[in-house]
Amino acid sequence: MIEQLPAIQLLLTLLAAPICSMLRNGDHAWRLATAATWLSTVVAIMLLIQVWDGGVISYQMGGWPPPWGIEVRIDELNALVLLLVTLFGSLVITALRESLRGVMRHQRQSLYYTTFLLCFAALIGITITADAFNVFVFLEVSSLSTYALIARGRDRRALTASFRYLIMGTIGATFILIAIGFLYMVTGTLNMQDLSERLPAHWDNRVIQASLAFFTVGIALKVAVFPLHYWLPNAYTYAPKATTAFLAATATKVSLYVMIRFLFDVYGIEFAFEKMQLSTILVPLSIAGILIASLVAIFQNDAKRLLAWSSVAQLSYMVLGLALLNASGITAAISHMFNHAMMKAGLFLALAAMIYRVNSSKLHDLAGIGRTMPLTTGAFAVMGVGLIGVPMTAGFVSKWYLISGTLDKGWLPLAALLIVSSLMAVVYIGKIIDVAYFKPAPPQHADVREAPLSMLIPCWIFALLTIYFGLDTRITAGLAGRVAQSYLGVS
Amino acid sequence: MIAGLFNYWIVIVLMMAGLYIVMSSGHLVKKIVGLNIFQTAVFILFISMGKIAGGTAPIIDSAITLYSNPLTHVLILTAIVVGVATTALGLAIAVRIHEAYDTVEEDEITAMDAQSLHEENTASLAAESDK
Repeated sequence: MIEQLPAIQLLLTLLAAPICSMLRNGDHAWRLATAATWLSTVVAIMLLIQVWDGGVISYQMGGWPPPWGIEVRIDELNALVLLLVTLFGSLVITALRESLRGVMRHQRQSLYYTTFLLCFAALIGITITADAFNVFVFLEVSSLSTYALIARGRDRRALTASFRYLIMGTIGATFILIAIGFLYMVTGTLNMQDLSERLPAHWDNRVIQASLAFFTVGIALKVAVFPLHYWLPNAYTYAPKATTAFLAATATKVSLYVMIRFLFDVYGIEFAFEKMQLSTILVPLSIAGILIASLVAIFQNDAKRLLAWSSVAQLSYMVLGLALLNASGITAAISHMFNHAMMKAGLFLALAAMIYRVNSSKLHDLAGIGRTMPLTTGAFAVMGVGLIGVPMTAGFVSKWYLISGTLDKGWLPLAALLIVSSLMAVVYIGKIIDVAYFKPAPPQHADVREAPLSMLIPCWIFALLTIYFGLDTRITAGLAGRVAQSYLGVS
Repeated sequence: MIAGLFNYWIVIVLMMAGLYIVMSSGHLVKKIVGLNIFQTAVFILFISMGKIAGGTAPIIDSAITLYSNPLTHVLILTAIVVGVATTALGLAIAVRIHEAYDTVEEDEITAMDAQSLHEENTASLAAESDK
């Protein structure tokens, strides 16, 4: 049983999805989906315990040995990503039923949960597989279900946002497919382990160099690295309320994981960053992304769009951390991947609870919500403070490592810019907090009540986790540090 | 040179044509068509790389000595399915867009979106000044 865990992890939600689609009753479908996602969270925790301290689980799908068969490989890095996807996904789906009530017809709900589960399963698949082509297939499965989820938004602009994301996402995925094709053309293998062993002999081959270029552009589209973030703000703004929380937590983070896996493991640090000088592209782009996206976020008057732009800035932090290429930088990138997923999912969920009551995410409609919905706004404030990076919260830990990473490089002006961008975060989060607590509630919102418990509890779990991971960094920065050491030690 | 790499030249031409249509056309359905051509180019790339001149299917038989690589063909079967699903979803969304906006021209949709964004912003400003 215990050695079958990697397969179980994938199959739990993958099999629950079609069953879900056959259930007529939306509530039953929700129960099944929630049970499946929470079970897979338990499996993810068991896997994390198994690989803790540098163990590696290699599982052969169908008993075919790699490099011919498909291998599932779990080490510390993807065990952490697995925990991120399953835990935060499960928390969101727990709150999803209340969020969908009244918005969607009962029968449609089961199909919605089916799409959600497919996306969930595909994200797990991307995370655990050790086969390059599998990554492409799962990436497309998760993206296709994401487009469908976004298109369910109530505003008609959700449709255009989804269509735009479909075009950009498909181009990105096809670029990744070209990259994988080139890799296969030269090495004749698709197993990541095998690829990383065979590639050094072909570093001077133009095909491999082109493959790196295609891969970088393709995955940058999926991660929404500035300036390829064009699809993200609208997609997050018009996606249905609680779904945004799931997308913001998982989709871009898993793409970032793919980026780390390919650049650091498959292509190798020496090839991608020393021979091909990827840092000289990624560092300026991420700095521009941090500053411009933060600035745009300040001027938004829609809370959802504001948080979406903040996501673009925060993703740039992670890419910057990777491109710094020192222990602190990589630690910052990996731990911020986890911390940001947690805080952004929580923020979007708290916002979803507010929208549930006031039916708008415009800032002027959220006026005085701190008094009508004190508990939800309290959770929002805690996570907002975490996002800014105040000490004792999760956001502080990753920003601390990022700034020490730039200082290790001796880039003082960059460290100063990061502090400036944190101040910009103070401004944009402060804008929402200010409206919520210090503006009088409009008269039509006099009867607004606290959000239902099934949404409130997940919000507060996110808020408490934000504080917990600010104090206990063994799972985030501790593990990320070991991964960073192993990457830098080998090269 | 040109004759030997004929397939790859075709791949490049199709790929660029597809990408160009996606970028230049404002018609949503034409964009999907462009995306399809772009993806098809990649399929041909994969299939070409597995093909060996004179090679046949890998059947264990003493009469057959030269095989083409079947793996790339199998991979592309999967990618074709993904492509069909993408096209179906894209067209479905295009239909929904047509229902909601009564047009599938990107310029007109952008103009309508800008209009509704403008209205929301003026409403926000009005709400601000009321206080």
